[in-house]
Amino acid sequence: MRATVWSGRNKVQVENVPDPQILNGRDAIVKISSTAICGSDLHLYDGYIPSMRKGDILGHEFMGEVVETGRDVGNLEVGDRVVVPFPIACGACNACARGLFSLCENSNPNASMAEKMFGDATAGIFGYSHLTGGYAGGQAEYARVPFADVGPIKIESDLEDEQVLFLSDVFPTGWMAAEMCDIKPGDVVAVWGCGPVGQFAIASAYLLGAERVIAIDRFGYRLQMARDKAGAEIIDYEQAPVRATLREMTGGRGPDHCIDAVGMEAHHHNPGMYAYDRVKQATRLESERGYSLREAIFSCRNGGTLSIAGVYGGFMDKFPIGAVMNRGLTIKTGQCHVHRYLRPLLDRIEKGDIDPSFIVTHRMSLDDASDGYETFKHKQDECVKVVLKP
Amino acid sequence: MHVKAAITVRRARGELYAFWRDFEGFPDFMAHLEEVRETAPGRSHWKATAPLGMSAEWDAQITEDVAGERISWHSVEGSKIENSGTVHFIPAPGDQGTEVHVELRYDVPGGAVGALAAKLFGEEPAIQIKDDLRRFKQIVETGEIARSEGTPTGQLGKRMLRQRPAQPLPADELRAVTSGGDA
Repeated sequence: MRATVWSGRNKVQVENVPDPQILNGRDAIVKISSTAICGSDLHLYDGYIPSMRKGDILGHEFMGEVVETGRDVGNLEVGDRVVVPFPIACGACNACARGLFSLCENSNPNASMAEKMFGDATAGIFGYSHLTGGYAGGQAEYARVPFADVGPIKIESDLEDEQVLFLSDVFPTGWMAAEMCDIKPGDVVAVWGCGPVGQFAIASAYLLGAERVIAIDRFGYRLQMARDKAGAEIIDYEQAPVRATLREMTGGRGPDHCIDAVGMEAHHHNPGMYAYDRVKQATRLESERGYSLREAIFSCRNGGTLSIAGVYGGFMDKFPIGAVMNRGLTIKTGQCHVHRYLRPLLDRIEKGDIDPSFIVTHRMSLDDASDGYETFKHKQDECVKVVLKP
Repeated sequence: MHVKAAITVRRARGELYAFWRDFEGFPDFMAHLEEVRETAPGRSHWKATAPLGMSAEWDAQITEDVAGERISWHSVEGSKIENSGTVHFIPAPGDQGTEVHVELRYDVPGGAVGALAAKLFGEEPAIQIKDDLRRFKQIVETGEIARSEGTPTGQLGKRMLRQRPAQPLPADELRAVTSGGDA
């Protein structure tokens, strides 16, 4: 089959690889109809996530048709149309029993490697380095889906692929970012980053009852999408000082909740500040550039919530713990526990509360995946989301 | 050498005890055991692979057996590798199942040199026993050992150092894995 293969920093190409096979009784094989490039794939592309290997198949946002099931998969049949959540979860361990599916205790066969890096292992993730299991990803014609009796959700309505594809990651990830804020009537939420997760965090914050949502980015077209499609007020951080503007917009209080939808490769408009972390990150003295997170901490209202949805991989310098502690901020974070949001969010899509396809700006053939990565990375051609068709 | 490891499994004590009491099932989750055979009540013959392609065999005797709580065993006198082990089952707090605590003591084949060689090949005993416990937990909780394309054999310390690329296995490697071999 054809698959998107990582072969080093800034190098992906579509290659012929062997077709996936059932390895365990609870596996299924899915013929992929649509797959997307995630912002977090860019961290792999840029070489900031350790434990990648030449030849790894990328991709953790995909859907398609079941073409084969293992002997222990009772809930799916060949021909079923499914969306597959990006974390792989067994459904039977204590983490899964508590709904913490991205922390499944059984799905990461490289747990001892992850334990060394993070202190304990996380769940397996499709196409996302060997720390999360070394699973082949879904930017391909086919994928093997382990624990297929637990993860995939069947799509039985006639919704288009692009309306349900983002249930695999970015919609639930944005939703969880907003949910972690425990939004009360009257609350103001600020969202750093207007990529796909930021867009869904904005939309979700409104669905969860936020009074106002303020979006922060520097790309005009992304801010425009946040304003026109997701309904946010906007701040262009290259035009206005973020903290002062947020104070001004909130009567001096600051936002009640701050969502970081940026992660480890943040940008800073002050060249000196940017250079400090850029150099330390490039020389691997720190693994994160933390401007958005630091700014979110300084901007947040006393006693407020800092919700981190952006991906971080290791260690950050100059983390303002003094502001967090003394001003009583609550930090909530985690890879999204996608499984627990699939049904309720599909219901919302079916009811018409939201149509997640608004983020799609680019549709390409799988064969053009390497162009897709370049376009998305450099935000060329007003790119927000690339969907690949095998 | 003395190693300890523990894991919490979402199952009742009695079920886990019964699983461990059947020594012949150990090779299903203990990666370095080839075969364990019960030769008489309480007595068993063990065959294991050792670092550098060596193998080892010994006989063991159960020295303590408290149903649902604890099993201990000891290699019989005259074994080439003197070793002993204990597994305790303790209820985990709340509804989280059972804590499985394992302790092993043994003389390393090749002494200090063997221990160093084992470490170099990623077969450090503390990691090995934790990996075995992870596989045990996977079998009991999910009915299978989690396999990825990068680690098709499932959790195995030495595999951490030589991962395959995360792409489907060619037919020959696939056969080796599905026939139970170490691809």
